[in-house]
This record gives sequence, structure tokens and C-alpha cells, in this order.
Amino acid sequence: MTTPVTQPTSRGSAVPRPDTSDAARATQPAPTTMPNTPGSAEPAIVVKEITKRYGRRTALDNVSLEVPQGSVLALLGPNGAGKTTLVRVLTTLIRPDQGRALVAGHDVVAEPEMVRGAIGLVGQHAAIDEYLTGRENLSLVGRLLRLDKTETRERVAAALETFALGDVADVPAAAYSGGLRRRLDVAVTLLANPAVIFLDEPTTGLDPASRQGLWTLIEQLVADGTTILLTTQYLDEADRLADTVAVIDRGRTIATGTPEDLKTRLGDDTVHIRLADPGDLPEATRTLGETGTITAVEHDEATLELSAPHGAALLPVALRRLDSRGVAVTAAEVRRPSLDDVFLALTGQPAAAATHPRAPVPNRRAHHHGGRSHP
Amino acid sequence: MTASTSSFTIRQSRAAHDALLLAWRNYKHHARVPSLIVFSMMTPLIFLLLFRYILGGSIVIPGVSYVDFLVPGVLVQAIAFGATQTGVGIAIDAGRGVTDRFRSLPISRSAVVAGRALVDTGRNAMVAAVVLGVGLLIGFRPDANPARLIAALGIALAFGYAFSWVAAFIGLTVRHAEAVHDAGFVWVIPLTFVSSALVSVDSMPAGVRWFANVNPVTSVADAVRALTLGDPAGDALIRSGAWIAALLLVFVPLAVRAYQRR
Repeated sequence: MTTPVTQPTSRGSAVPRPDTSDAARATQPAPTTMPNTPGSAEPAIVVKEITKRYGRRTALDNVSLEVPQGSVLALLGPNGAGKTTLVRVLTTLIRPDQGRALVAGHDVVAEPEMVRGAIGLVGQHAAIDEYLTGRENLSLVGRLLRLDKTETRERVAAALETFALGDVADVPAAAYSGGLRRRLDVAVTLLANPAVIFLDEPTTGLDPASRQGLWTLIEQLVADGTTILLTTQYLDEADRLADTVAVIDRGRTIATGTPEDLKTRLGDDTVHIRLADPGDLPEATRTLGETGTITAVEHDEATLELSAPHGAALLPVALRRLDSRGVAVTAAEVRRPSLDDVFLALTGQPAAAATHPRAPVPNRRAHHHGGRSHP
Repeated sequence: MTASTSSFTIRQSRAAHDALLLAWRNYKHHARVPSLIVFSMMTPLIFLLLFRYILGGSIVIPGVSYVDFLVPGVLVQAIAFGATQTGVGIAIDAGRGVTDRFRSLPISRSAVVAGRALVDTGRNAMVAAVVLGVGLLIGFRPDANPARLIAALGIALAFGYAFSWVAAFIGLTVRHAEAVHDAGFVWVIPLTFVSSALVSVDSMPAGVRWFANVNPVTSVADAVRALTLGDPAGDALIRSGAWIAALLLVFVPLAVRAYQRR
């Protein structure tokens, strides 16, 4: 099969990998036309009007979305927004109350076995057995997938090498660090060569290096044609990895689009500059106001807040200008739009206050950092 | 219907394959944490010594020495206690991500519970051996050939396996591991005490005696006692077999359903 010239992105490649263990993929209707042409392959995930209630609480409210084969969808939202519930529906762990969902062409309610044969799940808590060693964790799942002993041994050895777990392969996983556990967790998930992978907040609690490593891995998987649905609370993660971002709040998708779309809606970066002498404020405001790329200048005591489309580019310019006018600066910071800002832009209220509709909307400057809860 | 028969057979052999793999996993837990085994021996041994030397002096069972009456009863009680660990283990597992992993794999739905129940049955066999051994040291004198002894152990362990599924259902329904631990004893304590395991049913008041007589623990304790002491065991064996079959028929589907629903 030749690769069509119209292939939209490098991520769109759906070249099947050599593995044949995946019964579900084999039974998918064979594409009659070139599978890489947009629109010709059926989406890897189709969610149609899914609703899930727990008692009086509606965890998912009429959610619909599609994930094309070989692409990445990021579900972005705060804790309790319904991200994990949707992942649990799509991985056959719970049944929806209403609506329909297809994963790898199979209905999650009617054909859960076929879905399970096609997917991999990396949940919020590392799904490894602490009493077993890394090698034993991998072997157990390999054997449960009905690989024979030789094939299990080979794949396990390859996985240990790929994920740099060789040194700790025969140590019980209870002794692993958080990053090692996550790596083993992902290695176990990938043992089946799943066509569709669900990652539920995969980088929460990881150190920056582990986070970076996981991002690189996800990009490699997508390059090989794997479809990925990941949930995250971090805009930068969605920005880096996703072809499509679905923002979810209180069980509803409130916006869907490419990361660029969302950022356009979000508006600008903010740059905070703290002056050494509050008396310089009028001069500094005047100086920075002349910078063409600044969309707003606000000041508060000795701090100036500027809005600009590209804060990182603005910062050196602003500092040079202030310096040339003899204005001393003690601190400067660029802030990219955060999840709070997404919520502000999309719902008119910050995520943390979303459950208290009458709470006053805080000033945008009173920003908080991650880890809010949203029961 | 060859097609459906063969797919049934495949499903059964897959279920057994998966259950054995998961039993291996639980076996590894016990091998790496030997205290799991050591502590499972403690309660039965305390009961054995308590009833032999503290309470037993004032218990008179006509026609048999109390230690001969006691040891088969403590053995059955120990196995019932051991089976409650299936519920605790599954509840602890369910609180970790590993249960979601197993549930999202294309494996048999019953395998996780069956694997755990098999290992608890294996551990129960070790507990039974220790109870018998200590029993012999404190004066238990069985009157049985090896075949009858093996049959006695077999019926007791089969009962423990069935009880494991009851415990699994409770563990999957109650959810919190600590609560499961208590919930496990809430039903096992009356079942083992209001039975013929430690005392004669004949001494109980009428209403309680009725419960004790229909109690499966009584059937199994009677069967194990008859087999080890050389008495006719036919009636108690039939009642025990019927109870084991009934418990499995009811609680295997219930536990599998509860597991799928989590």
C-alpha cells in the first residue's frame, strides 16, 4: 500500500505493526481504500452521547467525541470532571447508563472481550503487583495474554531493555520509585501491542525527567500508528502531545479543538515584572505601553502585569527598554495560560470555584497553581 | 451442538489457565511474605489450646474424649476462618490499580477470584496439617486409615474453597478492606460457634439447635469427625457435599458478577 501524498500530518500514519496477537484488530473490516486518507478509516474511538450517573450525581452528561486512528486526544479537566469515568467506560470497566461507545470498532457494552483484546490501560494508580518483581509482573500479563513461554520470555526481555528496567528486573516492585513503577506499568501495558491506549493522568506525580521520558514514548507510539486517549490536568501536556483537546467540566465536554484553537481562545501570556522602586511605576508603565506587542498593562504596588501573545519573546525586550530608562527590576516571570485560564475563558469561572456558582470570580491575577480539587 | 460445546470447553480451559496463573501470583505473595502463613496458623492453635486446656475440662461429650471431638472441629473452624482471607485479599487488591489491569485484559472473568480462592485453599491445607500435627501432640488419637484421613481433609478443603467464594462476594460488595475484615468475622463467628465444631449440638436450646443442625459447618465438622474417628460418615458427607455444591452454585456467579460490576 502506497502512502498517499495527501497524508495530513506525520502523526496520521496508520502503518500496522508486525504483531499479530491482536485478534480485535484482525477482525476489523478491512479498509477498501487507502487507510491513511482522512475520512476513509473508521475512527479508533467513537463516543456517542454517553451518560453515566452515580446516584444523583451525573459523572458524564451526554458526551460525544471521536478519535481518528493514529492520533492523540487529550481530555483536559480538573479532578472530578469525569475524565476517569469516561476512560473507565471506554476500557469496559464500567457500563454507561446511556449512549454508545466503540473502541477499535467494537461496542464496549456488547463486545467487551473484543475491546479488551485491542486496548491497553495505564490507570492513575500504577497497576503493578508490588510483591512480584518487574520481570514477574511482565511475565504474568504475557502469559495471561496467552503468549507461549518462549514468546513471553522474549517479549519480557525486550520490554525490560526498552524501559531500562534491566537492573531492577528481579527486585520486587515494592522497592521501586514512583518513576520506575510508572515505567513498569507502561511496559506491562505495551506488552500486548495494543492498538488503542488509554492513559489516565499518566504524568501526575512524576518527576520532570520521568515526565519527559513518558512524553517521548507517547510520541513514538503515535508515530507507529497507535491511537491514544490521555487525560490530564495540565495544558502544557495536552499542548505537547495532543492532536485534539477536549475540555471536560462537570461531565460535559465544553470545548473541543486543536491545542492552537484553544490557545487562541484563551488569549495571551502574562508577564509579571517587579520593580525595585515603586516610584518608577509611571515611567515603567509609559515605557512598556509603547511596546507594540503588549495588549494590556496593569499595575499593582511595584508589580506590572503585561499581556502579550508571546510572553517569552516580550520579556527580554521589556527588560532592555526598562534598563535603558534606568528602571531597576527585581523579578520577572512569564506565565503561560493555565487550566484555570481555560476554565475562565470557557466557563467564566475558575475551576476551583465551579462547584460554588455564587462564589465571586476571583481576579485573574489571584492565580493558583495546580492541584485544586473539584469534588 | 459441537460448536457451542467446543467453545464451552475452550472457555473452561481458558478459565482454568487464567485462574492458575493468578493463583501463582497469590502464591508468590505468600512466599515473599511468610507472615501471611504464620499468622494464619495462630488463631487455630490458640483455639486448640484454649479449648483443650482451659475450657475443655468442663465440656463433656458422651462417648468420646473431648480432644478427639475437638481437633476435627478446630480444623474445620480454621478452614472457615482461612477462607475469609479471600474476601480481604480481593478487597485489598481492588483498592489498587492492579484489579483494573486484570479487568481490562481479555481474560476469564472468574480467574481473579478463582486464583485467590485456590491459593487460600492451599494455605488452608498447610493450616490443616499443622492443626492435625499439634492435635496429635496434645492427645488426639484418630482411628482412620489414610484414605479416610485424605477424604476428611478433602471435604474440609472443598468446603473452604466454597466458603472462599462467599467471602469473595462479601469482599467485593463491602469494598473497604478494613470493613471486609470485620464483615468476614461477623458471619464466620456465629457459623463456627453455633455448630458442632467445638461443642455438641444436643446441649443447645431448641431454636439455636435448629440453626446449628442446618449450619453447613455442622455438616462438615460431623463428616470430618466421623471420617477421622472411624464412625459412619455417609449422611454427614452427603449433607456436606450438597452444601458445598449449593454454595458454589450460588456464590460463584454472584462473586463474578460483583467483580465485573466494580
